[in-house]
This record gives sequence, C-alpha cells and structure tokens, in this order.
Amino acid sequence: MILLAASAGLYAMFLAVDYRWNWAGVWRYRGQFALGWLTTLGLSLAAMVVSVAAGFLLMLGCRGRWMPVRLICAGMVELVRGSPLLVQLLIGYYIIAEALHAGFPMLVGIVLLGSFHAAYLAEIFRGAVESIGASQLEAARAVGFDRMQTYRFVIVPQAMRRALPGTTGQLVSLLKDSSLLSVIGIEELVQKVRVMNAASYAPLEGYLPLAAAYLIVTLPLARLARGLERRFAYET
Amino acid sequence: MKLEARSLVKRYGSHVALDGASFSTGPDDARVIALLGPSGGGKSTLLRVLGCLLVPDEGHVCVDGRDLPHDEVGAQAERRGNGFVFQGYNLFPHLTTLQNITLPLQEVHGMSALQAEQRAIEWLHRLGLEGHEHKRPSQLSGGQQQRAAIARALAPRPRLLLLDEPTSALDPVMTGEVLDVIRELAEEGQSIVLATHEISFARKVADQVVFLAAGKALECSPVSRFFQQPESNLARQYLEGLSRYR
Repeated sequence: MILLAASAGLYAMFLAVDYRWNWAGVWRYRGQFALGWLTTLGLSLAAMVVSVAAGFLLMLGCRGRWMPVRLICAGMVELVRGSPLLVQLLIGYYIIAEALHAGFPMLVGIVLLGSFHAAYLAEIFRGAVESIGASQLEAARAVGFDRMQTYRFVIVPQAMRRALPGTTGQLVSLLKDSSLLSVIGIEELVQKVRVMNAASYAPLEGYLPLAAAYLIVTLPLARLARGLERRFAYET
Repeated sequence: MKLEARSLVKRYGSHVALDGASFSTGPDDARVIALLGPSGGGKSTLLRVLGCLLVPDEGHVCVDGRDLPHDEVGAQAERRGNGFVFQGYNLFPHLTTLQNITLPLQEVHGMSALQAEQRAIEWLHRLGLEGHEHKRPSQLSGGQQQRAAIARALAPRPRLLLLDEPTSALDPVMTGEVLDVIRELAEEGQSIVLATHEISFARKVADQVVFLAAGKALECSPVSRFFQQPESNLARQYLEGLSRYR
C-alpha cells in the first residue's frame, strides 16, 4: 500500500515538472542492467560474509585479555569508522592493493567493503555482548563453563538476538555502499545505470528501476530479520 | 565437611567485602553450614570464595583438609565439583528448563545426550517440576525457577551445594517450597553451605553457624550454642532484630 502510494506520488511529481520519458532507450540495455544487478548482489553477499566474520573477530579482539590486541582492534575500529569509505577504497585499491600486487578489483573491493562494515558491526556486536548481565556470566562459571563455552552457549545465543536489528540495518547499508565500488573500476549496478543513462540520452529513467532493484533485496532482508527476531524471542 | 578460613581478604575496587575473615567449623563433621549476618557483611562473597567462584586477594580456605587453589585452572576444576544456587535463580533464559540442566551435564561433565536427559528429568520430577521440562524460565513462577536452579546445581552430583540467599526473592509460599527441598537434601546427607536470613530455618537445619559482619567472621559455633548464647553483641542484636516480628 505504502509502496503504491509512494509510486503514485512520485509519478505525479514527474508530471508536475513535465518530465519527458524515454523508456525505449533504457530497455535496450536490460541485459547490462541484469548483469550489474547480479554483480552487486554477488559482491555484496561476499562482503556481508566478510563483514560479519571480521566484525565478530574485531569484537573479540576489543574484549580480549591482551592489552596490545585490545588497543590494535579498538584503533582499527575507530580509524575505519572515522574516515570516508571513498577514501578507503581509493587508497586501499590504488596504493595498498597495488603495493601488495593484489590485482583483482573484485576481490579487493569485497575485502575493503567488508572491512569497512566490519568496524561498525564490531561495535554492534560489542554492545550486544556487553548487555548480557554479570549474573549470566557468573551462572556460566558456576555450572563449570570455561571462557569458550561461556561464549558459545551463553553469550552468543543471547547476544545474537539483541544484535539482529542493528546488524540488518548495517547489511542494508553495505548493499547500498557497494555502489561506491565503481571508483575502483567494478561495473556494479549503479555504474551500469550511469552508463546506460548516458548512452540512451535518458537522464533519470535508469534510476527508478535501480531503486526497485535495491528494494527487491533490502525489503525481504528486513523481513527475514524480523522473522529471525521472532524466532529467537523469549523473555528475560 | 570441615571448613577453615585463614585471614581472607577480598576487595572490589576500594570496597573491602572480606576483611581478614578467619574461622574453623571445628572438629565435628558438619553437614549444613549456615552463613548468617547483616546484609553487606560478606556472606555472599565468602560463599563464592568457598565455592571457588571467586579467588580471595589474600588468605586461604581449606575444605576437608584440602587447600583451595588460587589459579584459574585449578579453581575451575574445583568449581565443576560444586553446585551453586543464586538469589536471582540465574537460569539461562534462552534455554528450556530441561536444557538448562542437560547442557552443563553434556558439555562440562561429558555425559551423553541420553544420560543427561534421563538425569535431568529424574531431578525435575523429584523437585516437582514434571510437565515444565520444555518451558523457558520466564514461563515458570519464582519458586519453580529456583527449584529448577537447584535441580541444575544438583544434577552433576556435587560434593558441595552452595546456596546464596535462595529464598530472598520469593513470597512466603514459594519460600516454603524451596526450603522444603533444601531440608530434604540436608536430611539425605548432601553437604550444604547456605547464606540466608531465614534464621528459624537455619536453626532447624544447620549444624554450624558462621556469623559475618563487616567482612569479619565474628562467630563460628554449633547451631544450638549460637542461638542460645551468641557471644558477640552484634549477633545478639541481629537475632533480636530478626525475631522481633516472627
């Protein structure tokens, strides 16, 4: 309903500014559009896996026993969160990856995008883990769990549910941020649409299917997260 | 069981919870030892030190002639032989009542899933929780939760059962339920250390009393002597205060 109303409203706006549609030009590039969409999906999915795994490790590092590890992890989180993704992509690809002779832009892009969001996820995870009360940790020690078992059986299952809403939001951001990867030469969806718009002399047409293509992924993702939250729901 | 503590000190930051507490439960074997005393006197901290849940900053504890270890590995091994019950039950809210008991049995004590389940169900039935196996703790009443917590503590057959004010969060009916269970266990010969304010219960069930105030053990005596002729003024005031409205 909301989607329908929003579309109708948007259409009225376009009418109001007397926009001349040129869908035929855009339609010719549907193959490229689909290819861009698949590229965006594939690399975002891979970057999501990287970001969740690296975010979890960073969180463990920030809570670790060794001071140097704690400092390094906390420093990385602050550095990455405090600087623009665009700068990280440009420096990361043209300087660091070049120096390390890591040639594949796709791979480098996935790692850079994944680690950017890992820094945010690490803080979301840390918040969730630290919200588990001291009495639960004491109960875990009391039944004889060691540190590993405490994480595995007591902390992570309870923290996961608390981290879910924040994590979903972060993964949606990741998907949208993947458009920045065009600066290191990856032809993902937004770049394809820019090329398509330019080639077909249609300034805006491509952007509407573009928005729809993102929504097709982000809306079910949000739904999935809600479902998971309900599944893990219990009173404390 | 024989307990002996020598000048125990435990600090939390600048707060001194145990301030050189020393006592010995005497030559006779005590089944049930009650830790009594005003709130903030160090009962809970002492209970945790006795159960190796906390390591004291200074001093030593001797349980049945054995010195308790001060290193984490040794303390963990010791903890695995003890059962703990807390004031706030501290069940794991994301697990069912049954899983709360079977998980430690399987992961800590190496039992098979089947054995663990049998053992857990045995205890749940004994403590009157049949039909509640698959409920989460939030679906149980306070008394039921505390009985489930007792079942969790007892299922691995601990040498020592340590209870930290197990009835302080319960109404009188539920308190009765839980105290009945503890009394039965004591009568069956389970070694118990109990921090409590339920003095009439302590009087009935305990063999020895350790009276703690301001982090020091002011008295350690057989239960009859403690209640008939407490040595310290503080213990006398404490007993009078508690029995005024009962």
